[in-house]
Amino acid sequence: MTDTAAPPHDLVTAVQPTTAKDKAETPFRRFVSEFLEDRVAVGALILLLAIVTLAIIAPWITPQNPYDLAQVDIMDSRRPPGTTSMEGYTFILGSDGAGRDLYSAIIYGLRISLSVGVLSGLIALAIGASVGLIAAYVGGRTETIIMRIVDLQLSLPSILVALILVAMLGKGVDKIILALVIVQWAYYARTVRGSALVERRKEYVEAATCLGLSHSRIVFRHILPNCMAPLIVVGTVQTAHAIALEATLSFLGVGLPQTEPSLGVLISNGFQYMLSGRYWISFFPGVALLLTIVAINLVGDRLRDVLNPRLKR
Amino acid sequence: MLAFILRRVLQSVVVVAAMVVIVFFGVNVVGDPVWLYVSPEMNQQQIEEVRRALGLDLPIWQQFAVFVANAFTGDLGTSFIHGQPAMRLILERMPATLELAFVAMLFSILLGLPLGLYAGLYPHRASSKAIMAGSILGFSLPTFWVGLLLIMIFAVMLGWLPSTGRGPTTTILGIETSLHTAQGWSHIFLPALNLALLKISLVIRLTRAGVREAIMQDYVKFARAKGLSEKRVIFVHVLRNILIPVVTVLGLEFGSLVAFSVVTETIFAWPGMGKLLLDSIIRVDRPVIVAYVIIVVVLFVVINLVVDILYSILDPRVRLQHKEA
Repeated sequence: MTDTAAPPHDLVTAVQPTTAKDKAETPFRRFVSEFLEDRVAVGALILLLAIVTLAIIAPWITPQNPYDLAQVDIMDSRRPPGTTSMEGYTFILGSDGAGRDLYSAIIYGLRISLSVGVLSGLIALAIGASVGLIAAYVGGRTETIIMRIVDLQLSLPSILVALILVAMLGKGVDKIILALVIVQWAYYARTVRGSALVERRKEYVEAATCLGLSHSRIVFRHILPNCMAPLIVVGTVQTAHAIALEATLSFLGVGLPQTEPSLGVLISNGFQYMLSGRYWISFFPGVALLLTIVAINLVGDRLRDVLNPRLKR
Repeated sequence: MLAFILRRVLQSVVVVAAMVVIVFFGVNVVGDPVWLYVSPEMNQQQIEEVRRALGLDLPIWQQFAVFVANAFTGDLGTSFIHGQPAMRLILERMPATLELAFVAMLFSILLGLPLGLYAGLYPHRASSKAIMAGSILGFSLPTFWVGLLLIMIFAVMLGWLPSTGRGPTTTILGIETSLHTAQGWSHIFLPALNLALLKISLVIRLTRAGVREAIMQDYVKFARAKGLSEKRVIFVHVLRNILIPVVTVLGLEFGSLVAFSVVTETIFAWPGMGKLLLDSIIRVDRPVIVAYVIIVVVLFVVINLVVDILYSILDPRVRLQHKEA
């Protein structure tokens, strides 16, 4: 952390496009053009936007609502990709064991997977960032205790922590989101504390203190905005991680219930058919999951390169 | 030195104690397992009898006191489902899991090192870029889905390898193993590869970074200037230096292999302790869950402790840093 004077400020304005445009055009433009330099990252971003759009407009682009029983015919179960259904449309990706169109089920499943991942990520970010900021600002014993808990949790693999939490909390969407939040908050707390420790010693914080501003104002209005860059990077990677973790738990049968069929649940349902050669029921939801995770990770990778001045080559 | 080791051991004990408290209370506060063992026809008195038989009629802190007292004698409770000591259930399945983790570790070194070495020596070749892209994929691919793909390709489509179970086992030097037969290897190949995937990517990245850093160093230039063959420079001088961090990281990752084996064991029906944990979670077999967590946490803490102590012996700076903090 040698050249910390100017960059963090630029970065903050850079990642807030609405305010950046009227106040300072250059940093945002620089950020965008740097991001666009990498063709892989641009491809990943387009893919990610496409996936999110598909998930949002699901009802208008799918031939059936896979969870409306009136639209599903059990006679259509386990059709290979390309078969024509009883209703007359084509099963582009085949149908599953209950006769649902797999393409529709995947798009609807994306909705659930994405919302669980993003929601848990945002809650964990809010909690983790607050705790990390408090630890860095207050210091002393509070900081030691908080960071001990963070270290303890991060020393265990997330899948193990998640399984323990699921064993404690039980099944259900709210429980899974809660478990994912508890798994993730420590990453945010550690990240924020790291950058807040640096920011706290800077002149603008000293100036704010001299002006007699309240502690909460200094922490959340002055220090937090300058810690946003690493938070955004960790946020993208963690969201991908949360989606994968939820899918893993659902696949293992301890995640989301059948009434909330995320991609993991779809893959889990198809597993029993895999050994009889009906690969598509598990395979295509898995491809959708993979594309989502890879796209988020690639975008996150590029964001880290662009936002972090230390990693610049 | 001794003070440092003592302090680290003490810290580890505190960590284990904290985990025991959290997990015991966390698992036992939610829900009432009695309802798993009573039928709807039972009356209140019979239900109470079941509750007493399971030791669930005591207040939670008394249950905890009983648990801790028993834990010191090596008894971590009795499984609700199997009716056997939880400790024995887990230890019976531990060799299978350790075997799987060990072979996965072997795969990640045998595949990761050469690939990483190649990518580090020729960073601009297309094949090196493909290797690095593959390693990113290795980090992103969900383990369980790769497991499904492996089964689909090698077991269902090609029919080369079995997709479930473990080969016949014998006891060699007190260790139960299935690796003495070709059949055992055919059973372990797919699950171990699946489990190793993440670590292969990790080793590739570590090795590549290490090689790229090492070939710039003076000792490599000197070795070349001495007229040593390229083979000798790379395989003796460079490799020996990059092996230290790679082996350290892999040692630390062994615990995470054991944790991740829950997923792999479930997909490949591998009879290890990960599958036991999952079955216990689904059937709310609390004593087994608690015992599993304690055993795995102890495993983690011991690995971290050993690595820390070895490091402080090798590198005095670590020791001094801790003193200042």
